[in-house]
Amino acid sequence: MRVQPFRRARGYQSVSTIAETADDADRWFIELYDQHRSAVFSAALRLCARWADAEDLAAETFVRAYRAAGSYGPERRSQMRPRAWLMTILWNVWRNRARTAARKPPPAPLTDDVDLADPRQDVAEIAEHHETSGALATLLNQLSTMQREAIVLRYVADLSLSEVAAVLGIPEGTAKSHIFRGLAKLRALTRGGSYA
Amino acid sequence: MREEPLEQQLADLAVDAPADLIDRIVARWVTVESPIGELFVAYTDHGIAYVRRHGAEAAEEFRRRFQRPLVRAPRPPAGLVSALRRGRSSTLTFDLRGLSDFQVAVLRATRTIPRGEVRPYAWIAQKINRPRAVRAVGTALATNPVPVLIPCHRVVRSDGSPGEYIFGAEVKHRLLHDEGTNLEELHTLARRGIFYVASDTTGIVCHPTCRHARRITPPHRKGFRTFAEAAAAGYRPCQHCQPAPTVATPAPGLSRDEER
Repeated sequence: MRVQPFRRARGYQSVSTIAETADDADRWFIELYDQHRSAVFSAALRLCARWADAEDLAAETFVRAYRAAGSYGPERRSQMRPRAWLMTILWNVWRNRARTAARKPPPAPLTDDVDLADPRQDVAEIAEHHETSGALATLLNQLSTMQREAIVLRYVADLSLSEVAAVLGIPEGTAKSHIFRGLAKLRALTRGGSYA
Repeated sequence: MREEPLEQQLADLAVDAPADLIDRIVARWVTVESPIGELFVAYTDHGIAYVRRHGAEAAEEFRRRFQRPLVRAPRPPAGLVSALRRGRSSTLTFDLRGLSDFQVAVLRATRTIPRGEVRPYAWIAQKINRPRAVRAVGTALATNPVPVLIPCHRVVRSDGSPGEYIFGAEVKHRLLHDEGTNLEELHTLARRGIFYVASDTTGIVCHPTCRHARRITPPHRKGFRTFAEAAAAGYRPCQHCQPAPTVATPAPGLSRDEER
């Protein structure tokens, strides 16, 4: 099942409409950004659970993607699966950061205190957003790392099972079981917990 | 509340990326009029990153150096046009990420030189506490990513000749002339062995192009070859143009390889 359309904020201007003078690689990149910015940002947000960190993570992912694609040439660019490729970069950036952060004491625990809302959104929107996704997003953090990452890639970033496996560097069967167990745990948590 | 399938609820966790996320990824560019013709100016969310004369190579070189996508901006960033017109960049911010600490220090010191005045390369070296790195200062300025706005053209040779410039010595000379700097006079003084000008009424010694030096009336002007001579004669340094060599105490944590 392909569940899509990402929410479009009002007055949101597509970047490709303002990129009229970019060169080929830049035009390709801007299109890539327009198509996948929400998937990348959403996955980043569910990974690190903080709005500001997610912005950092997503921005760095795209900058790295641009630098990597610089040497690719049009043929390779047209052949790759862009979303899975972006997610692989995102995961690498995230792991590198987690490793760096682990070497120094973290500024604050990364557990239940989930900073979900864009600080700039208006209050009504935040409230609405909290009702629909806040509880679930918090439950997501109670899964094991592998289950959470597999589920975020599969459903939030909307990758296929084989792509999820490729990004996480695990066999498909393993990815499938992480997703299955993760979903089961989430169901149990929603039934037994504050969601009722 | 009707329960949606869990998979759908998870898909609904997707949110739209913030509208300003793109500004942290791409650089914008504009062309603006300047005293030396049309300039290509590229900037990021951190500030102005790159200034060159407008032309196809400018964008190419930007991509090579910064490795960021480049998108044309509909209008110049706030303050840019007026900064170019007034020759003052104090309201602008600059994106100097990727430069060495040494070059950033050089550019920061250069930025304090006001319109209409010039300073020797050695003054910059003094000011950043690296008095022997005069030649390195020249190199750092030669690769200034944001010329005109960070006024590296206001750093000249001690003998009053303009010295090198990214856009050529000729352009440097013209820029300074447009700003009302009298390089000829500086040169004439230098030939007579005068590098500091003092007033015997105030007892203050300045760089010759300092605004306070320029208003000293001829009967009260005194010239000196070195600051030490002026100090020995009882003059104290101008607080505006700061001609006194800073005491060369090596700053903690500054090592030689910092120049890399």
